[in-house]
Amino acid sequence: MISGHMTTSSRRMASSRLLNVVGILALVGVAFTVWLGLWITPNAEYFGNLVRLLYIHPPMAWVAFIAYGMAFLSSLLYLWPRTRDLRLDRLAGASAEVGVVFTGLTLATGSIWGRPTWGVWWTWDPLLTATALLFVLYLGYLALRRVPGERETVARRSAIAALVAFVDVPIVYFSVSWWRSLHQPPTVDLSGRHLYVHGSMAWTLLLGFVSFTLAYVWLTARRYRLAALSDREAEEGLSRAIDERRAEAESFV
Amino acid sequence: MWRDAWLVAGKDLRIELRSRVAINQVIPFAAAVVLLFGLALGPNRAVLEPLSAGLFWVAVLLSCILATQRSFAVESSGGARDGLRLSGLDPAGVFLGKAAAVFVELVVLEAVLALGVAVLYGTHLAGAGVLVAACALATVGLAALGMIYGAVSSSLRVKETLLPLLFLPVSAPVLLGATKAWQDALAGRPGSSGGWLSLLAVFAVLYVTIGVAVFEPLLEDT
Repeated sequence: MISGHMTTSSRRMASSRLLNVVGILALVGVAFTVWLGLWITPNAEYFGNLVRLLYIHPPMAWVAFIAYGMAFLSSLLYLWPRTRDLRLDRLAGASAEVGVVFTGLTLATGSIWGRPTWGVWWTWDPLLTATALLFVLYLGYLALRRVPGERETVARRSAIAALVAFVDVPIVYFSVSWWRSLHQPPTVDLSGRHLYVHGSMAWTLLLGFVSFTLAYVWLTARRYRLAALSDREAEEGLSRAIDERRAEAESFV
Repeated sequence: MWRDAWLVAGKDLRIELRSRVAINQVIPFAAAVVLLFGLALGPNRAVLEPLSAGLFWVAVLLSCILATQRSFAVESSGGARDGLRLSGLDPAGVFLGKAAAVFVELVVLEAVLALGVAVLYGTHLAGAGVLVAACALATVGLAALGMIYGAVSSSLRVKETLLPLLFLPVSAPVLLGATKAWQDALAGRPGSSGGWLSLLAVFAVLYVTIGVAVFEPLLEDT
């Protein structure tokens, strides 16, 4: 019994240490990306200094994408009766929350890129439009998660909402890009996406992807742990209150 | 399942016929929205006419939220929800029945609204076949999506604010597909709307399937 307890707590310590390593690596990686991106890499021929956004914008979009994928997968597994486990629900919530943050950052950096390049803060480019829709879609999901209720009930309705939301993603993207391609020809030239990346630029971009992915892992794990703690707090708070009430009643007898 | 769906749809439509909430409140609401669009965009028919398809579908989307809320409000009083759960009806049947009732209400609303748009915006309703097909397919998808999110949010204290936030972003492809199909039809090119109609069909099939699959746990939840 005691040794069993010891192994869980030592396992928890080991995973906590591993997580700290991931966090430090993410921090160092992002710092290096900033340094390489702002000081070491050259200006691009056509885009000038703006090209430096390239080292963070695609990695942010990538993180948002894997975060939503992870939220969808864990929600699906939660709905499957054999793999139903509240840990999956916490993972889904943590991952979606990080996803929303990174979607917001993707939109912001995209907008900062758009202003000097195309002269507008916003253009109805399919990718941008779909991302913005995704942003509000998952804001709704997070709002639903925040509505209090019985733990299992909250988990189940959140999982269903995540499923409904994720199934919509390809339809949204497909319909929006079709909408743009069929009728109005794009007013801005998006050829910036086909930028020629070489040398130190490529390495910086790669480093950006790796360190943002590490940041995703760290943030999601921290958020997951917070959710687990608050679940435990709710559970133990209730049983402690019952115990106290019982002790009070016994003192009367 | 189909028999249960039939029963539930009959029940909902009977309640609707007697209480007349859709006729007395939801349809006038949609009419008000269409009027307000006219005020916002000015009296110029040359401006309003090309926009009429999009304005029509935005009005339908907003009305769909009201119809969905109404559909779950009738279950909330008098323990009707418990009755529905204890009745032994197949949850998939309950989903299909409630969605069918909302479908019928929305189709009536769309017919009235289309006339309103034709009169107020001076839209010539050409390509009736495509218009009707787009209405049918889009409304199946909207009703199914509305029922899923309606059931998710119906027992929550914040349902009035949460349902629109959940519903509107997911229904964006329906708005796009239906608007584009209508624009093609109204502009006299009904042939080029086939792709949009199939997009609406895919959406409808997908969300009816999800609803049938997940309605049982949703009904139990609350």
